[in-house]
Amino acid sequence: MASTFSRMLMGRKTAMLLASLGTGALASGYLMSDVNHAAVIDRTKIFPPSSDYPDLRKHNNCMASHLTPAIYCRLRDKLTPSGWSLDQCIQTGVDNPGHPFIKTVGMIFSDIFDPVIKERHNGYDPRTMKHHTDLDSSKVTHGQFDERYVLSSRVRTGRSIRGLSLPPACTRAERREVERVATMALSGLKGDLAGRYYRLTEMAEQEQQRLIDEHFLFDKPVSPLLIASGMARDWPDGRGIWHNFDKTFLIWINEEDHTRVISMEKGGNMKRVFERFCRGLKEVERLIQERGWEFMWNERLGYILTCPSNLGTGLRAGVHVRLPQLSKDPRFNKILDNLRLQKRGTGGVDTAAVGDVFDISNLDRIGRSEVELVQLVIDGVNYLIDCEKRLEKGQDIKVPPPVSQFRK
Amino acid sequence: MPFSNTHNAMKMKFKADQEFPDLSKHNNHMAKVLTLEMYTKLREKQTASGFTLDDVIQTGVDNPGHPFIMTVGCVAGDEETYEVFKDLLDPVIQDRHGGYKPSDKHKTDLNPDNLKGGDDLDPNYVLSSRVRTGRSIRGFCLPPHCSRGERRAIEKLSVEGLGALDGDLKGKYYALKNMTDEEQQQLIDDHFLFDKPVSPLLLASGMGRDWPDGRGIWHNDNKTFLVWINEEDHLRVISMQKGGNMKEVFKRFCTGLTKIESLFKTKGHEFMWNEHLGYILTCPSNLGTGLRGGVHVKLPHLSKHEKFGEVLKKLRLQKRGTGGVDTAAVGGVFDISNADRLGFSEVELVQMVVDGVKLLVEMEKRLEKGQSIDDIMPAQK
Repeated sequence: MASTFSRMLMGRKTAMLLASLGTGALASGYLMSDVNHAAVIDRTKIFPPSSDYPDLRKHNNCMASHLTPAIYCRLRDKLTPSGWSLDQCIQTGVDNPGHPFIKTVGMIFSDIFDPVIKERHNGYDPRTMKHHTDLDSSKVTHGQFDERYVLSSRVRTGRSIRGLSLPPACTRAERREVERVATMALSGLKGDLAGRYYRLTEMAEQEQQRLIDEHFLFDKPVSPLLIASGMARDWPDGRGIWHNFDKTFLIWINEEDHTRVISMEKGGNMKRVFERFCRGLKEVERLIQERGWEFMWNERLGYILTCPSNLGTGLRAGVHVRLPQLSKDPRFNKILDNLRLQKRGTGGVDTAAVGDVFDISNLDRIGRSEVELVQLVIDGVNYLIDCEKRLEKGQDIKVPPPVSQFRK
Repeated sequence: MPFSNTHNAMKMKFKADQEFPDLSKHNNHMAKVLTLEMYTKLREKQTASGFTLDDVIQTGVDNPGHPFIMTVGCVAGDEETYEVFKDLLDPVIQDRHGGYKPSDKHKTDLNPDNLKGGDDLDPNYVLSSRVRTGRSIRGFCLPPHCSRGERRAIEKLSVEGLGALDGDLKGKYYALKNMTDEEQQQLIDDHFLFDKPVSPLLLASGMGRDWPDGRGIWHNDNKTFLVWINEEDHLRVISMQKGGNMKEVFKRFCTGLTKIESLFKTKGHEFMWNEHLGYILTCPSNLGTGLRGGVHVKLPHLSKHEKFGEVLKKLRLQKRGTGGVDTAAVGGVFDISNADRLGFSEVELVQMVVDGVKLLVEMEKRLEKGQSIDDIMPAQK
């Protein structure tokens, strides 16, 4: 194991060096072994990039909006140091022309990634802007919601472990390494964060049912958006769920990202949810750093995750809130837009609302810090509740002015 | 072109036992054969187009088992796969194809005159007859691995070749992505249209990529000869008609295939074939003839008989539901076809179907009348 670890260290140092040059940096001299290099070259002669350019005429995703034939030609034959290609980046976007509710991302490779990121993140330009990370929960104010309206509060993000490939590309050994590193760190958590790991391959029926009933269990992905990217390979090898004994802090291992970190509880105490979130994240980071690992992060893109839509903070802070009157008001969507909030059904991203309960969360992920985004959600949800109360009393409501998108 | 596993050189940094898949809950041919030693030996190899061991086995790793049939759990990405990874694929082939050895030779016979009978299956019981096979165009990668450029080239070549067919084989091509709603509905009503695969067995191998780019259906004006382009194989060739005249179905099948092959040759292309494995297709289960000849036949009494399974086995036949491989039978109507693909010629396999179905119908008639079938139980073929 020690020799593997030192080999891994060498691999990580190189990867870290390249990562620090900026995401998407291509070390063109650092390709794979000769045999595979030759195999790639031969086929590129017979099939020039123009013959491989995907048919995107019926497509509606960020990748399709920006992938010109010129960009494809320039990037098709390039590879990252671990051998990942452009075709692999975009496969999910080619296979899935569009999503009914949201414009999907569809895709490394800054020529294509930077304009995609800019479109998806509403103008954030990674070439010129910097992303600011702030996990100091003490700065958040008014974080206790009226519990006659807010049923539950939740904050989630993801973290990737530097030096290991992401779920679409990782090998089985890398995935198991992610599991090992993450669970070793989590086993060091104490106090209200102390908990246990449930490996998917070893889960007993009753445990599985319990985790489903508590809305903790993630299942094998069925969304073609995720499957086409390759992240479901070898399921359920290396996958699992960790949660604390209080069931308020939960980590998914090797689902769509290396780790997804979730803090949640019933009721409206978003401040406490966020406090535990920040404390837990920092503690986990400290525990992996003790062993020589770190999270993928840079100042252009913040925390690096599999899907470009989750760059920056990767943070989605939200509530399940009852808004029977407001949701029927024609100004509802405009209010949400101006508050930079997003509505979903209570089943998650691909669902519609049931009854009058909505999942309301922040729209943005990058360009604002975690503290700023959570504050934005708190202020926004408080405003929505205020509107709801007014409508209940027969009073009128106002559409608020648009909240500024990026920090000044 | 490169699919999720092609960064093979990077995987070499990890030891074989760290990369070896967890097959403890698996039940497919690949999982039965793949040992750590074999994985260690083969993991460094790849074909000239870059297809690796992990590419071969991914579908078997992702899909531990199928309730109705023992799946193969591996696929080929090109013709060379069967050579480079023979340590894995030879035992899989041997297990799947009834003991077929690496030294065995496969015989191809597409002369329909060699088929005896087959034109008199009772149409009161045999509702329809069908023969299908697949063909791969030499020099191109197979559906799990091919690039968009290759897939389009295969489509173009195939459409050109098929466009030269005449007589009762003359027909038209319907590209999946250009299809109008009416065309689509007609093809569904005719039971011709294939849809985007949903089976995880197929999707995990990568053959669903870029759907529906480069895919389409060609059929003759009479709707009795049909070719699928770029579904699970480069070409799937199907001859079918209502009723029990399997001889006619097989004659059209052979004539059509032979014509298509010569049309390809005029353009400088040939089908993947060798004398050990016969016709090379994506799934090892379809090697040899790639032929499945079968009927939809009413056997409500026989199917309830305790010896039904045994009879089928002796006749080297297989039963399926009328919806195809992943379905169960409905209303006493079964899809009965040959179980073998490799080690028997096309004529031999269709002969087995013709003789076997004749006997099954005979047994059904006996049981209808309340008579016994013990005296006509077949010997093991």
